[in-house]
Amino acid sequence: MSFDHLRATYFEESAELLESAYAQLSDLAEGREDGETVHALFRAIHSIKGGGGAFGFDRLVRLAHGMETLLDLLREGTLPLDAAQVALLLRGADALADLLAAERGGTAVAAGFEDALMQAFRIAAEAPAGAPRVVAAPATAAPVDLPEGWRIDFRPRPELFRNANEPLLLVRQLQRLGPVTVTADLTRLPPLERMEAEDAYLDWHFVLQAAVPRGSVEEVFEFVADDCELTISPIAAEVVAEADTPQEAAPAEIAPVAAQAVAATTPQAAAASQPAAQSMRVDVQKIDRLVNLVGEMVIGQAMLVQHAGSLPPDLCPGLTAGLETLSQHLRELQEGVMSIRTQPVKSVFSRMPRLVRELSAQLGKDVRLVVTGESTEIDKTVVEQLADPLTHLLRNALDHGIETPDQREAAGKPRQGTVHLSAAQRSGRIVIELSDDGRGIDRARVLARARERGLVAPDAVLSESEIDELIFLPSFSTAATVSAVSGRGVGMDVVRRNIQALGGRIALESRFGSGSRFLLSLPLTLAVLDGLVVSVGREAYILPIAAIVESLRPRPEDIHAVVGRGDVLSIRGAYIPLLPLHRHFAVPEAEADPSRGIVVIVETDHAGQLGLLVDDLVGQQQVVVKSLEANYGRVEGIGGATILGDGRVALILDIPGLGLGQGRVAASAPRSPATPSALQ
Amino acid sequence: MDLPMNPNAQPASFGAQAADGAGGTAGQFITCTLDAAEFGIDIMAVREIKGWTETTAIPHAPSWIRGVINLRGVIVPILDLRARFGMAATSATPMHVVVIIQIGARLAGLLVDAVSDIIDVAPGEVRPVPEMGAQAPECLLSGLVPLERGMVALVSLDALLNFGEEVLAMPATLNA
Repeated sequence: MSFDHLRATYFEESAELLESAYAQLSDLAEGREDGETVHALFRAIHSIKGGGGAFGFDRLVRLAHGMETLLDLLREGTLPLDAAQVALLLRGADALADLLAAERGGTAVAAGFEDALMQAFRIAAEAPAGAPRVVAAPATAAPVDLPEGWRIDFRPRPELFRNANEPLLLVRQLQRLGPVTVTADLTRLPPLERMEAEDAYLDWHFVLQAAVPRGSVEEVFEFVADDCELTISPIAAEVVAEADTPQEAAPAEIAPVAAQAVAATTPQAAAASQPAAQSMRVDVQKIDRLVNLVGEMVIGQAMLVQHAGSLPPDLCPGLTAGLETLSQHLRELQEGVMSIRTQPVKSVFSRMPRLVRELSAQLGKDVRLVVTGESTEIDKTVVEQLADPLTHLLRNALDHGIETPDQREAAGKPRQGTVHLSAAQRSGRIVIELSDDGRGIDRARVLARARERGLVAPDAVLSESEIDELIFLPSFSTAATVSAVSGRGVGMDVVRRNIQALGGRIALESRFGSGSRFLLSLPLTLAVLDGLVVSVGREAYILPIAAIVESLRPRPEDIHAVVGRGDVLSIRGAYIPLLPLHRHFAVPEAEADPSRGIVVIVETDHAGQLGLLVDDLVGQQQVVVKSLEANYGRVEGIGGATILGDGRVALILDIPGLGLGQGRVAASAPRSPATPSALQ
Repeated sequence: MDLPMNPNAQPASFGAQAADGAGGTAGQFITCTLDAAEFGIDIMAVREIKGWTETTAIPHAPSWIRGVINLRGVIVPILDLRARFGMAATSATPMHVVVIIQIGARLAGLLVDAVSDIIDVAPGEVRPVPEMGAQAPECLLSGLVPLERGMVALVSLDALLNFGEEVLAMPATLNA
């Protein structure tokens, strides 16, 4: 394993640790903590520190150490946990994330970046030693909660040795804290002939004679806590007796502490060891290879089915049945493999609280972010590409949506604004919702701005939803002044494009005065798609089933030519623009007469329904999405490619892109069969 | 994209580039024929050579992109080298040959008439491509190698595969 590889692993793990640290901090902030929360937080920060030390990230180590000191006091209960400390720890975690990112990217963080924070940690950690403690235990040299020493019962499990830990090193580390008496317990040692070489038989009892906090002892066993049974109890009776505390009260006080210690240590070890055994780290490339292979198998299977279909049915009845079973298993296998690639949306949601904290401070607003459904799982690629659009939306919500506390009060709302971010799985898609209780969209202003920019004709009458659509147009922004946060007008069109690139849709609901709601609907996976195969000339295209409304063979009298706009199809009283695919894609030898072909009506986001004219429907099938971009490039209106049962490549239509091209073509170039888009 | 190019007289190479090309393009080359002209393709970039198979057309593509094929599960675009060099498009038959090349992570197939030879080229043998003026937008050759039987023009695969979105989105090529 090379050094770079180790480094990469460290950053990866640190990112995960930070993520869990953020989760624990938000638990603390919301009052959802249990006895384990602070400990888990401490472990996370400590592990980041430990690894960072190995790589010589000194500043990171110092910062983490500062946090640790504070956490140590918190977990001992020396220091009461309050909102100020959680906020401070959150800032610490943010700074840690920045330092990590800088080390990872090889960039430098300004000197003194963490100084103020370090100072804050120091003050927070020193506070209890000064004021409150003096009142509680006056004139005691040693703090009451530090016992004279510790008795440690240590029973390693075989895993401890398998993970290459060495008890001797632990003993040496303990010795650094003070004089240690070590007793080995050989009672479990079996006769030699029954001894398993790889099992663990020895127990140790340590008596540490040093007045150190429990944390220091636990720290020694930090990395083996999951692989051993550990009981740490204070040796305290005499010490407490010597102190000012009444003698009878002492044992009563100590006993629960000791009991607590045992209770806290054992379930912690049990809880921590379970997930470790149940999950493992796998290289994404290995998973992708599996996904690709399964994709190939699906294609191969489709090929087999096609060939079998051309045989006389009674020739080999077992073949058909066998193929059917194979298809079923293959589909299950595919689902299983795909599910490995999924990831909870948490990994991107967890970045949002920080954004809200920083932005609300910057904007002078008071905003609470409520996150739900963060354990909803979605394809890794989708998760990764969600970060940018979500960040954009959140920025917008904070900058344009939520008002300042004073404005909110004047409007009869609570001073604190609320942004709700949620994820849920709904009918085979993931729906992500971002809503705020801010001022909502001022449609009059949006329309005025659009007219001003010439995006809408002065006399056009637009419906509310059409006005809402305007904010997705490129270079549209209603912010009166361009702020650092948002308002350059490069936001919403990019957001929409990003979401569409993921095969998703974005919708907006807004009520002026009471807030906006963005709904993002995304496919569960990008790798497989349920498609309808259609033929156009000699080419075959795949239409995503999700976008299809219906298909029909139109009667000649339902087709109407609109001057300058191409044909429209009248269906149940509505007029739907027709897009002959053969003309759009310049395919020769295709059916040009709509009444002799098939019209597939699809739903586009911004142009409403669109009728695609094709020659014929070939069939419905699950297709494996392959990248056209990797070796070629992006093609407007094409979302990817797939391989059909006969080994041929078929292109997958990107319906939103198709509608988009349509709108743009109608506006600028005369070469295409122009169809009206919703706005023109 | 209608470049009036003659394969034997390649346009637009600036002096420095040509000198670079002359110094850096030594090694083994697979030569292939397009009509009477012979072109050299760096053997290190060649992944495989296969017969012509039907392609799936890509909409709005330049005329020299014949479409894409399925190469064991990977979608690979096929460039008609003849059309790319400004000659008439190849009317491909199963006798035609596709040379699959790889530049970086990118795969592409080059449609040629036939593959004829493998030649060893020493650094000193490569002559710079004569400068033909600035009217041509790109240079697809990296050097010329005189042989006894004639001249071999070395194809600059980087330039050939450097079709970004700008090139693909060029409207002039759509109905060409």
